[in-house]
Amino acid sequence: MDTHIQVKNLNVYYGKQQALKNVNIEIPKKQITVIMGPSGCGKTTLLKSFNRFLELTDGTQITGEVLVDGQNIYDREVDVTEVRKTVGLLAQRPSPLPMSIYDNVVYGMHIHKMKKDRREYKAAVRHYLEIAGLWDEVGKRLHDPATGLSIGQQQRLCLARGLAVEPEIILGDEPTSALDPISSQNIEARLLDLKQQYTTVIVTHTLRQAKRLADHVIYMYMGEVIEAGPAKEVFTNPKHERTRQYLEGLF
Amino acid sequence: MSQSEPTITLENTEGRTTRPSVAPRIRQDQRAQRVFFVITLLPVFLIVVVTIALFVRAWPILQAFPLTDLLFGTIWKPSEKMFGFGPFILGTLWVTVVGVGVAVPPCLLAAIYLAEYAHASTRSFTKPILDLLAAIPPVVYGVWGLLAIVPFVEDMLAPLAKRWLGGVPFLAVNQPTGFSILSGGIVLAVMIAPLVISVVYEIFLTVPNDLRHASLAVGSTQWQTIRNVVLPQVMPGIVAAVVLGASRAFGETIAVLIVVGNVPQVPTSIFDSAYPLPALIANNYGDMMSIPLYDSALMGAALVLLVVILIFNILSTLVLQRMLRRKWA
Repeated sequence: MDTHIQVKNLNVYYGKQQALKNVNIEIPKKQITVIMGPSGCGKTTLLKSFNRFLELTDGTQITGEVLVDGQNIYDREVDVTEVRKTVGLLAQRPSPLPMSIYDNVVYGMHIHKMKKDRREYKAAVRHYLEIAGLWDEVGKRLHDPATGLSIGQQQRLCLARGLAVEPEIILGDEPTSALDPISSQNIEARLLDLKQQYTTVIVTHTLRQAKRLADHVIYMYMGEVIEAGPAKEVFTNPKHERTRQYLEGLF
Repeated sequence: MSQSEPTITLENTEGRTTRPSVAPRIRQDQRAQRVFFVITLLPVFLIVVVTIALFVRAWPILQAFPLTDLLFGTIWKPSEKMFGFGPFILGTLWVTVVGVGVAVPPCLLAAIYLAEYAHASTRSFTKPILDLLAAIPPVVYGVWGLLAIVPFVEDMLAPLAKRWLGGVPFLAVNQPTGFSILSGGIVLAVMIAPLVISVVYEIFLTVPNDLRHASLAVGSTQWQTIRNVVLPQVMPGIVAAVVLGASRAFGETIAVLIVVGNVPQVPTSIFDSAYPLPALIANNYGDMMSIPLYDSALMGAALVLLVVILIFNILSTLVLQRMLRRKWA
């Protein structure tokens, strides 16, 4: 297994409360890893340790290492904006920026000055909207406000916006939990399409979604990783009693 | 009495059961509510009454001279029946513009820092100190201006301007003292700063964190996020906060009066003395009342002041209310 993200002895505290307890895991390259577990178990905290979003909350303390391609992203000399460019995030609620559809997609590319001229930006916007499966719906109204889109379309727009800065890793924090079933399916289909090219880490609380998406599974409980491994093994033959109980729906 | 009659119908013993009557306890409550309502409305009445009273008292001068002569006339010689408010209105505008101009850039940066960058712990001691500035009595600011700002302008800024900025419009040094629009403006800037900072700060809090995170997630810096995402959202609120600060500055009397020189002239430079409207009223009301129309002229000045401040306040409050409500939407 080719490891993309490696977490070593990661502890996270919110004030005095410990959210992650000595987490050690490896996330494989160009596969979908699903983090599951009951609410409050630290899934989202673990996910947000990968793009350094934890430090946006006052009073968060982090010890340990998160290595992306062997580089600890918490090292002093690491540029946090580079980390976040490499590690894209699809949030729980779609959060289109209050600007046009076009400007949303082009936003990150402008920030990083990734293209030479308008023509290149335009082409890139089309490219990423196509990848996100949104071009057919919005191609003719790129300059309408993004907030006018349906919530499912908004989430695909956010996907396009995230992909436009050419990340290597996509994080999804329950990316379908705010969406209707059809929009959810649509997003799931995108993620499956994209897994050839991106390392994907998804947090979910729905077991069925985990089973549909996962190549690799991490099961967490009370801030600890209880079990991690290939999806087939974990789903069919969990080693740990708690994982088995969770999979059987006992809690 | 049948069983269906509830026990609260004490009033109802006469047998009129069509309209269930209300217990005295509840009626008392309703009466109290009406009294509170009237008390709450009193300030509104007060504004109306004051405006009408000022208008009535100013009526003689409004009849004696056309409004344009009063507002744009530049000569103030009550003993010779010349009542031009021009120098005072311009003086007020100059001082207000300089005050707001000095206050806004640092206030904006301070508010951005507090809302976007500062740690909760930094905020918890900085914010109360800023608010404390608003509690300092204006006369103290005036004395501070007299002792610190006037000499500073006189000895430092004016010579500098004289040396380097001779030909620049509005910056000529025409008088030897530091009693000037600039001194008034600096004192005003410090006085309106807490208001502007706290309103702008509140406005920044109305922007949902999701938007900031969306921008940060693609690898923008905090400043890029503020400039591209947060600022466009809060612009109307910032304008409203500035207008609110301006209306506070517009009416500020005593602190300005102490440092601004009080010379009824049409100013041409920030280093000139001026004589703002509030200072005119405060300095002269009660004196020389034997001069015909003098009393009425001062009331007219007060009316102008009141109307301008009301308009500023109403406009900015409307914008701010709409924006602050959005926080909960």
